[in-house]
Formats: sequence, structure tokens, C-alpha cells
Amino acid sequence: MSVLVYIENVEGKFKKSAFEVLSFGAAIASHMKLPLVALSIGDVDESELNKAGKYGASKILNVSDDKLKSVNVQPYTSVVSQAAKAEAAKVIVMSASFSGKAIAPRVAIKLNAGLGENVIDLPEMSSGFVVKKGAYSGKAYAFVEILSDVKVISMMPNSYKVVENETAVTVVPFTASLDANDLRLVVKETIRSSDKVSLPDAEIVVSAGRGMKGPENWGMIEELAQILGAATACSKPVSDAGWRPHSEHVSQTGIAISPNLYLAIGISGAIQHLAGVSSSKVIVVLNKDPEAPFFKAADYGIVGDAFEVLPKLIEAAKAFKASQN
Amino acid sequence: MKILVCISHVPDTTARIEFSADKKEFVSSGVTYILNPYDEIALSKAVDLAAASGGNVTIIHVGEAAAEATMRKALAIGANDAVRVNAAARDSNFVAHQIADYVKKNPVDMILCGRESSDHNGSSVPAMISALLDIPCILFAKSLVIEGANAILENEIQGGKEIISTPMPFVAGASEGMAEWKIPNMRGIMSARTKPLQVIEPIEVAQLSKVKEYDKPIPRSAVKLIPVEEAGKLFEMLRSEKKVI
Ligand SMILES: Cc1cc2nc3c(=O)[nH]c(=O)nc-3n(C[C@H](O)[C@H](O)[C@H](O)COP(=O)(O)OP(=O)(O)OC[C@H]3O[C@@H](n4cnc5c(N)ncnc54)[C@H](O)[C@@H]3O)c2cc1C
Repeated sequence: MSVLVYIENVEGKFKKSAFEVLSFGAAIASHMKLPLVALSIGDVDESELNKAGKYGASKILNVSDDKLKSVNVQPYTSVVSQAAKAEAAKVIVMSASFSGKAIAPRVAIKLNAGLGENVIDLPEMSSGFVVKKGAYSGKAYAFVEILSDVKVISMMPNSYKVVENETAVTVVPFTASLDANDLRLVVKETIRSSDKVSLPDAEIVVSAGRGMKGPENWGMIEELAQILGAATACSKPVSDAGWRPHSEHVSQTGIAISPNLYLAIGISGAIQHLAGVSSSKVIVVLNKDPEAPFFKAADYGIVGDAFEVLPKLIEAAKAFKASQN
Repeated sequence: MKILVCISHVPDTTARIEFSADKKEFVSSGVTYILNPYDEIALSKAVDLAAASGGNVTIIHVGEAAAEATMRKALAIGANDAVRVNAAARDSNFVAHQIADYVKKNPVDMILCGRESSDHNGSSVPAMISALLDIPCILFAKSLVIEGANAILENEIQGGKEIISTPMPFVAGASEGMAEWKIPNMRGIMSARTKPLQVIEPIEVAQLSKVKEYDKPIPRSAVKLIPVEEAGKLFEMLRSEKKVI
């Protein structure tokens, strides 16, 4: 028996979310007194695989198959399910990334397992197995008991800290059998903007709204984000107007995020916007209207004109970063 | 072309969320329900595709009769007919089994869902339906066009997007950008009243999960206002007081 974590790579590299799921899986495995097995799928080299060994896994199953170079939900589901069976996994954990959100429910069906999706904390395992997840678009939490013997969990990025826990690890090749049905869908092209921090994983997010007046003023937002190593985001009307791409739109009808720091500039704080960002650990709001509802949901507020304050923040961020080095 | 759109009936986006004293149940009295915003995108796309190909759009909802008003709205937007599986939507596994069972008996060319529902936010139903039917699933689809026997979709992935080609049938989760939200017109509203709405009974499904309790986040303490002249101190404060930078 084991706890199995599927660790996702992006172009052959593990991101922080992979180390988060490993750390999370290690905590569950230690509680259940089971070994932790990691599963990597795709084109990942030996040195990168060894990095995954620093978080408590005793074994890394490595699936390297030309047909599996890019993430493809159907065959990946087959691989994860077969690995889970081979390792007699009691709990299967993966990141609730875009692909993880598609793979976890499929694995649950294949294994006839209960699913805890978008989990934000370690499960309560003292009696039963209860996971905590967001509900009602960030306005509430639900505690869900998983009743099946085998359990599948997808974990929200940025909701569990990375804990190093060096153990002796072996990398073992793993081969899964795929049938033609698994490979009906074809990924024709993958387009990534690799110079940017990916929004769901970002620890710091600089987000701006209609208060920025027009797309030509986003240079300041991007500059501040770049200095802070942050991802950029926007409110819905901003992406609706085409000022920014839909992929930056956060909240109720966009991406729900929970970074360590959310900086909201020229965003009023409508209930639909707050819904998907209110679980951010710290929120800073810059708005010229002292009555803007966002101030009620913020930790720090600056009442002022973005066009006057942003240049100051950019200078201060530069100085702050310089003083850190 | 036959298209099935899965509809979820959710509290309005501005609704206040309250739970019973024992925290076990959502208090729905006084709450306005709407068609899940993402499902509305899926439906709008389905109506466009059907109009272009002379196809048919069926909507399906797993839930109690209270959702029929929402279903009529979907018919007003342009769906041809509706099916309600008469059971409380216990969890995503239950819902997916009902819909997959319906599709096994009534095959379709594609199943469109919203990428997530705004009540449970799981994104699990579309992926589970696809697993039960063993067909492809494109969960975060930003666009969808038909090219001969295949569909071409743009799917959101970590740090970018991918272009996918899939044969039919498949399941897609609609994201913003896939279609413009449609507003029902008077004729649509009138005709919706008489469009067929069939009620079917659920199949039995083993229960694999159960909500034990709900809770609400602890409200933040009062905001700390920083005067504009001192805005530059923000980052030092975030470091020393919150350690988030
Ligand atoms: C079904 C539904 C779903 C929705 N989902 C979402 C969602 O997912 N995400 C989302 O964001 N919205 C969503 N909305 C929209 C939401 O209701 C608000 O309309 C939206 O969030 C407002 O965006 P905003 O704050 O950028 O713009 P506004 O509300 O126009 O606010 C602009 C703010 O900028 C401030 N401002 C103006 N000029 C300056 C300046 N020079 N300096 C500083 N501040 C300035 C103003 O004081 C104001 O507070 C949804 C709405 C509906 C109906």
C-alpha cells in the first residue's frame, strides 16, 4: 500500500506546485504510515527527477513515452490509474492545476474512488477522512468526508507549504498500457508565454481594474509585477473590453486564486470580484474612492489616484528589492 | 448535430451565503437562483452551433423541481428541449452518473458544460462524465469550431493554451471567450413555455463522499490605511508585519 502523488512538469521542469503536492502527500503518508510514491509523466531528465526526491518520496515512477510528451488528459488518466493500482495506492494526490482538475475526477471514476477536489488544507484523518475546500466561489468552505477506501485529492496551488524531507529515493521506469481510445484527442500545438508567472501558482498577484482607464496604462502594472516577481490579473470588465486577455480575469467567473499577496489597483471590489480573491492571505487595495467596497475586504489600503501612487510604488518596490540583495 | 448542455442552478452571484445553525445545510430561502454563468456560455455556444448546422440542443439538469424556472430560461435562450433527472444533486459523482446514463441511452455528438459551477466550484462533473463514457474531455475550452468530423478547441493550460483536435463525441467545459452571453428575446421566452421538459427518475449510485459541514471565512480585521505620502513604505510593512514579501 502507498500514497501516490502525480507531479506535473511544465516543459520538463517541476514547478513549485509539484513540491507542494509532494509535501502534502508526505504528510498524509506519514500519518497513514505508508510509503510515499511519486509519479512523473513526460520528458523529465534525471537531475530534475532527483529534485523531487527531496520531499519524502521513497520511489519515483518515471513514465517517459513519446506519446505522452504533452499533457493529454485521457492517456494521463490511464497512466495515473494504472500506477495507483500497481502501487496499491490508498490516497492519490495531484495539483488542482488546469490539467489536474481534468485528470483527478477521471482517475476517481476509473478507481471507483471518492474525490476531494480543490482541497486547501491537510485532510482531517483522526476519524474518517475529511477534506476542506472552498465553496460558493470563495464565500464559504465545505468539509467533505470521503467515504470510499481509495481516495483521490486535487490540491489547490499555493495552499500548502513546501517542506523538505530528504529520504533515499530510487527512480524506477514505469510503463503503462495505452489503447487507441486513449489517444483519440490530439494536441496540435502548445503555446506558452514562459516569461510570465502563471496566475494560479503565483505567490504575488498585481491586479488592476477599470480604474486604469485603458490598456495603454498597463505598462505600470506590468512593471510593478515584474519587479515583485508577480503575475498580473484583471477584473472582468477589463477583459470583456479586450484591454487584457481573458486568461487574466480573476474571481467568480474567472480564475479563483489565493496568493500570499493580492494587490488590487483601481478595482471597486464588487461581490463577484471579492468571491474569487478573498482567500488571498494579504490584500492591498489602491483606489481613489474611500467608499470603494474593496477597502472592507483589505488588510492595507491606500486612498489615492493610481496614476499618482503607482509611480511611487514602482520606485519603492525597486528600492525594496535592491535592499534585499 | 445533437448537443447536450448540462445546466446547473446556482445562487445568484450577489447572494449572501448563510448556513443552518448546525452548519450542515445551505439556507436557500430568500436566495435568488440563476443559471450557472459558465453554463450560459456553453448554452450560447450550443445554440450557435445548432443554428449553423440545423442541429438540436437538449439541456439536462439533475435536481429538484425548483430548478424548472432556470431550465425554462435556458429554453428561452434557444435550447430545443429539456430533461430533468428528478433527484437532489448529492455530489458530482452522482450527477455525472445520471448524465452519462442518459447519454448512453440517448447518444449525442457533444456534451457541453460550464467549466465550473459557482456553488461547488469543483469542475468535476464534465471530467467524470467523459470518464464514464470513455470519451475526450477538454475542461477549460476558450473556443470551439467544427472542422469536418472533428472539433478544434483552444484549452487553457498552465502558463498558456493548447490547440486540440478531437473526434466526436466529446465533453467540453466552456470558459469565457467561447461564446457571447445570449439574452433571451420575447419570442424565445414565449416559446420556452411550451417546449418539452421531460422528467426522468435517477439511477442508483453508490455514495462516495458527503458534506459534513460548511463554514464561512473569518472576516478580516479593519483595513490599515496608508497615507499617499507614505505609500512607499508599503513593501517594508508587508515584510515586517506580514512576511509575505
Ligand atoms: C454573473 C456575474 C459574474 C461576474 N464575475 C466577475 C468576476 O469573475 N470578476 C470580476 O472582476 N467581476 C465580475 N463581475 C463584475 C462585477 O460585478 C464588477 O462589475 C466588476 O468586478 C467591476 O470591475 P472594476 O472594479 O474593474 O470596475 P469598476 O466597478 O468600474 O471600478 C473601478 C474602480 O476604480 C476606481 N478608480 C477609478 N479611477 C481611479 C484612479 N485613477 N485611481 C484609483 N482608482 C480609480 C474607482 O473608484 C472604482 O472603485 C461579474 C458580474 C456578474 C453579473
